[in-house]
Amino acid sequence: MEMWFTEKHTPDVKFSIRVDRQLYTGQSEFQRIDVFESPEFGRFLTLDGYMMLTERDEFIYHEMIVHVPMAVHPAAKNVLVIGAGDGGVIRELCRYPEIEQIDMVEIDPLVVAVCREYLPQTACRLGDERVRIFYEDGLKFVRSKSNQYDLIIVDSTDPFGPGEGLFTKEFYGNCYKALNEDGVMVNQHESPFYADDAIACQRAHKRIVESFPISRVYQAHIPTYPSGHWLFGFASKKYHPLKDLKADRWKAREMKTRYYTAELHRGAFMLPAYVEEMLEDVE
Amino acid sequence: MRFSVAEIFFEREYGMERKPVSQNDAPIYDALKRFHKSRVVPFDVPGHKRGQGNPELRELLGEACVANDVNSMKPLDNLCHPVSVIREAEMLAAEAFQAAHAFFMVGGTTSAVQAMIFSVVKRGDKIILPRNVHRSVINAMILCGAVPVYVNPDMDARLGIPLGMKISQVEAALNRHPDAKAVLVNNPTYYGICSDLRYIVKLAHARGMKVLADEAHGTHFYFQKYLPVSAMEAGADLAAVSMHKSGGSLTQSSFLLAGPGVSAGYVRQVINLTQTTSGSYLLMTSLDISRRNLAIRGEEEFWKVMKMAQYARDEINSIGGYYAFSKELVNNDSVYDFDVTKLSVYTLDIGLAGIEVYDLLRDEYDIQIEFGDLGNILAYISIGDRIKHIERLVSALAEINRRFKRDKTGLLTQEYLSPEVAVSPQEAFYAEKESLPLMESEGHICSEFVMCYPPGIPILAPGERITRDILDHIRYAKEKGCSMTGTEDPDINYLNVLKHPAGIP
Repeated sequence: MEMWFTEKHTPDVKFSIRVDRQLYTGQSEFQRIDVFESPEFGRFLTLDGYMMLTERDEFIYHEMIVHVPMAVHPAAKNVLVIGAGDGGVIRELCRYPEIEQIDMVEIDPLVVAVCREYLPQTACRLGDERVRIFYEDGLKFVRSKSNQYDLIIVDSTDPFGPGEGLFTKEFYGNCYKALNEDGVMVNQHESPFYADDAIACQRAHKRIVESFPISRVYQAHIPTYPSGHWLFGFASKKYHPLKDLKADRWKAREMKTRYYTAELHRGAFMLPAYVEEMLEDVE
Repeated sequence: MRFSVAEIFFEREYGMERKPVSQNDAPIYDALKRFHKSRVVPFDVPGHKRGQGNPELRELLGEACVANDVNSMKPLDNLCHPVSVIREAEMLAAEAFQAAHAFFMVGGTTSAVQAMIFSVVKRGDKIILPRNVHRSVINAMILCGAVPVYVNPDMDARLGIPLGMKISQVEAALNRHPDAKAVLVNNPTYYGICSDLRYIVKLAHARGMKVLADEAHGTHFYFQKYLPVSAMEAGADLAAVSMHKSGGSLTQSSFLLAGPGVSAGYVRQVINLTQTTSGSYLLMTSLDISRRNLAIRGEEEFWKVMKMAQYARDEINSIGGYYAFSKELVNNDSVYDFDVTKLSVYTLDIGLAGIEVYDLLRDEYDIQIEFGDLGNILAYISIGDRIKHIERLVSALAEINRRFKRDKTGLLTQEYLSPEVAVSPQEAFYAEKESLPLMESEGHICSEFVMCYPPGIPILAPGERITRDILDHIRYAKEKGCSMTGTEDPDINYLNVLKHPAGIP
């Protein structure tokens, strides 16, 4: 007998993973939540049928969204994380002892509960004493904050469904206001290859460029996301992601990572020609 | 006894066994479904023949839509003279709205407003009304030759918006013009302000005058007990209701409601004076289905809308700089009641005119609100809204405050200017006229409209004297970016004025 999880990356392209068994299924106020066990990718989480993370490759996404900004910002103490219900971003942040406060704003409490139960690999640090979890709409949370955070990480789902407010111009403007004068915002920035993803990517970039003085895009290779080529945004009031990279300082921490290195950091910002063009078109 | 072949055919094909009709039924919708099942071959209009003749249209609107775009025929009744399914649908609508009669209108609320005016006044008859009426009201007077007697609404000094009609002013007008035939009331105004409709009905009926209600913005009043009183409940004679605004039906579909004091047959004749003989079944079914939806779920749905609007108001008021107003304005006179589903926000304290905030929301944030004028904006919260979109509106307003806030000196506040009516609208519209540059027209009598749209409430109407204040207001509105209309000159640089106003200096 064979059971397969399938996601349509486009109307004409499918991606399938063979499933051993289903561990959880549920419907929250916001979305359908499923957790599966698979031979190749270990346990994986899907929301509304879309792949969110797998145990096998989640390290790529979580390392790239955390260590890139942390290797640039000289003194991040207060961090805001929006989304991240699985806890992977929190786990990576907790490895930095100088971070004093991590506010996590996740709209769906059921996602957190399910991940605590079935995905301990990512959820393991959610109980850290520096972490405060707010079950709220990220857009609503951030608009009342002003000059409060050094780093904002927007670990969102896609720009349709519950996450759509996190790709709007007003959201990015609100984040700008919520950051300190040398604050940095990184976000999940979709992908440049398939048409719908590319449009979402361009739209997000345009809105971020209009909200922050420095706005660069970097990449990572994530096998389980559409096309495997995924992007992140690095938006900043002061620090440039390459010119202000403190590589030696970061290496001195002797933090063991499996994807991120201070050298890869530079390479990540070197984008394919078609991607650069696509981004320049909206700048 | 049934004899004719046609009757037997009808009975067999379309089923004469009707179960009792209740608010759960939608007779026009059901008739269309039955009609489709019978797969009748069309050799009548419309020419696209269920979309076969217009594939792009079918692609755009969908199979269901083009297939339901049909002509009037026996199983589907006739809008101009309903005897079967449309008549049943109208009876259900009347019941749902507690009216004696309801008419399906496919020409927008404009057609309902005009029909109700034409039903009660003719040339030379006086009609008592507030000046902040929709252009369709004054247009009706141009067509039928009725004469307006304006009751000047009070103004809110801070917000600059026209309020409802004070009872003392209505009474004074009724006393000065005992020969008036009707009183027209906005229920509510564009901003959500209500007058004491019940009392106005009492005063008018005591003098043998009819009461007309423009309820374009008040459809939901009929379905939620915590909202202001509806025209039918207050005893008004006729009411124009925009089903397509808060009722959820397709654009351009409305109801005209009639109380027991008017002849439904006569109103139908009046409607048929201008109504199309090709009424759209798309519009009609949407009215039918929406009526059912409101009758069954309206109370609950509008309660949610009220809560969402209050949530939005609270959030906007906590941003600072904006004032989202509500029932605190009620003064039991010029603001007898307030429609809390309306999200009206005063913006001048952040140094931006309402129209500027309206434009910024659209251009910077892809948010289209209902309108913005000199000092306020209005967002429509309805049964279709979700909290996540309200969060976007509030966040965008917060951003506009942060990025575009300015000093407020020099901003005009007053929306409303008292008109000086020199000549009746019909006389002025059809009089001999000349075209003058805007700034040279002071003192003349205007023969056309000038207004911002939305809301489509005239700043200047035919027959009114052009004053300095009005010209300043027009210039300011243009500067701030209001969309303006009404004049023959599309750029509003020239006004048509009366050439030889007889006996008027």
